[in-house]
Amino acid sequence: MEQGRPDLRTASALSPKGIKPARPAPPKKRDWSWRSQALRSLLYQVVALALVISAGYYLLGNTLENMRLRGIKSGFDFLVQPAGFGIGESIIPFDSSESYVKAFAVGVSNTLRVSALGIVLATLLGTFIGIGRLSRNFLLRSLCGAYVEFFRNVPLLLQLFIWYFILTETLPTIEEALKPLPGVFFSKNGLQFPIPLWADGHALTLAGMSLGLVLAVWWGRQSRRHFEASGQLRPVALPALALLAGLGLLGWLLGGSPAALDIPESTELNVVGGGSLTPEYMTVLMGLTVYTAAYIAEIVRGGIQAVPFGQHEASSALGLSRGMEVRLVLLPQALRVIIPPMTSQYLNLTKNSSLAVAVGYPDLVSISTTSLNQTGRAIECIAIIMACYLTLSLLTSWFMNAYNRRSLLKER
Amino acid sequence: MNLSKLSTLAAAVAAVATLSATPAHAGKTIDAIKARGQVICGVNPSLPGFAAADSQGNWTGFDIDICKAITATLLSDVTKVKWTPLNASQRFAALQSGEIDVLSRNTTWTLTRDASLGLNFTGVTYYDGQGFMVTKKSKITSAKQLKGATVCVQSGTTTEKNLADYSKAMNLNMKPVVFETQEATNKAYFTGRCQVYTTDASGLASVRNKEATNPADHVILPDLISKEPLGPSVRRGDDEWFAIVKWVVFALIEAEEYGITQANVDQMKSSTDPVVQRILGTSEDTGKLLGLDKDWAYRAIKAVGNYGEMFERNLGPNSTLKLPRGANNLWSKGGLIYAPPVR
Repeated sequence: MEQGRPDLRTASALSPKGIKPARPAPPKKRDWSWRSQALRSLLYQVVALALVISAGYYLLGNTLENMRLRGIKSGFDFLVQPAGFGIGESIIPFDSSESYVKAFAVGVSNTLRVSALGIVLATLLGTFIGIGRLSRNFLLRSLCGAYVEFFRNVPLLLQLFIWYFILTETLPTIEEALKPLPGVFFSKNGLQFPIPLWADGHALTLAGMSLGLVLAVWWGRQSRRHFEASGQLRPVALPALALLAGLGLLGWLLGGSPAALDIPESTELNVVGGGSLTPEYMTVLMGLTVYTAAYIAEIVRGGIQAVPFGQHEASSALGLSRGMEVRLVLLPQALRVIIPPMTSQYLNLTKNSSLAVAVGYPDLVSISTTSLNQTGRAIECIAIIMACYLTLSLLTSWFMNAYNRRSLLKER
Repeated sequence: MNLSKLSTLAAAVAAVATLSATPAHAGKTIDAIKARGQVICGVNPSLPGFAAADSQGNWTGFDIDICKAITATLLSDVTKVKWTPLNASQRFAALQSGEIDVLSRNTTWTLTRDASLGLNFTGVTYYDGQGFMVTKKSKITSAKQLKGATVCVQSGTTTEKNLADYSKAMNLNMKPVVFETQEATNKAYFTGRCQVYTTDASGLASVRNKEATNPADHVILPDLISKEPLGPSVRRGDDEWFAIVKWVVFALIEAEEYGITQANVDQMKSSTDPVVQRILGTSEDTGKLLGLDKDWAYRAIKAVGNYGEMFERNLGPNSTLKLPRGANNLWSKGGLIYAPPVR
């Protein structure tokens, strides 16, 4: 069994695994007579289920019948046809002659690209702001408070428009692009920067980094065990980072240190090559991060304040430093309060990314709208959007609930 | 806006789902219009020249006039029309669900739309083609110079597909940035996010005229990359209503061909020309066959003038758009506008 948190070792003796539960009474034989509660509740459930199914069946059948009468074609067969439209940006290469399925995949990847990074950034920013609201420093506390009140109370769509306006209005045109570093272009066309060209040597770099990651995890566990056994803390973060970077570097050197870069070059109307972040992507990422961080800040603040003050006093009495107190006492307890509402915020952020279409970012909704208009399959396209968001949301919930269970298990 | 669009779509889907599944019987739309005393017409929210509302809420434009003519024919009063502004992506759902009676919103007639959306195009009222607009400063004179350019385009249009086709055929690798609304598309182009704006050439002229601080700073390139025949459409399954919308437009075209104008339509009633007599219902009663009275075409012409007058007033040299008649001249004057005879 994996060891729990150090301060909970004694608790494991009291956990359900430690105590043998009393032998349960043999189950009573269920009474299935007409008067029994069991039968009645079963009946109610069967009736309710039948009503839901027949309502769904009626609506579906009626819709199809109406569509047939009005000469509206239906079905998902269009998905394998060539899409015929271009997509401005994507991490998966896409050509207009590829199928609608591929176009939808590009839409999903774009939605994921912005919401995954958005979740990470919003969590970081929100945590800082939330802790800042509890600061003893008046200026910091008030600034963080003002941040929360402002960004939480202005509609997200409006914020997106403002960010987009600021970006596209203030940045120079592509001919007069800012070049903060050689090979880096910053203009109305977005941020373009050099990226390493793939060479076989990079495989060794990746292998080195993977090995570093494994070793870092191992080191983390080792130091935890050491701490539990002896009460002495060993540094974890720095060695882990060193392992990751060092082995990565070693792999890179062994791979012949490939250094070829794909450097963006300016052509007559555009900057081609290299990596790029469009203003649309930056707008959506920034808008979602800043907006959701305001909510996360409140959740973090609430979570920290939910830990009784006595815990702080107790850890001071034990002689823990402020950092150790936060890491070992406050945070583990605050997380239990924080994780469930945080899950909702992650779900909100993902769903709010559907506003991206307003500023021209080709997310799932944007691609679906275009597909819908090319094919006229409104019900099908909306069903696809719903299915995609439902899947993303359920996956996020599932992951967060699993994490939540982990942090809940050690109840004393 | 995205949310309003999704909710409209969702509402339309819900409407289709809950409608009773009775077969559409003949003349249903006309009965409904007469009962409510109003024609509901789906139009572009803002495309001056085709459809736009002034500060008092009065709508004007070429597409507006077509609806006015239909209303005058059916209800004898051009004011008895309700305007429903629709985004490109909302328009077909609105027609399918019965929210509007007729869609008169610079809509391109294509096979897919005609055959799979449950609607019928009644004819072509404006022959257009997709073009490109760039800034004068860029010194671009032909679409072939647009290699790698970023192009602003509105979603829910035929435009996106044409752009991809052209970009591929010419190996131009243009980057589309797709916006939900016309306003957002305009804004992105005029702030300089895109080097190129693409839509139907008439739309470009309208946008340049309305939105540019100085219209002379923008050039519409001569290349037209597609055929965009624009026209009104109605829901399928109501042939009577389909015929009326179709023939009102034909009557307006015939009126131009035979010299009947808004100003002289009353004098023309005493004309001896048998064709004019037939159009205006002074000899044969052509209206009866359509389920209307004999003055049907007279009322349409009286309300908005003939096709040529509609064009001049909204799009032609006397309007702010100053579009040439070009392909939209009468067939007898070298254009494509041709109506079957009213007889």
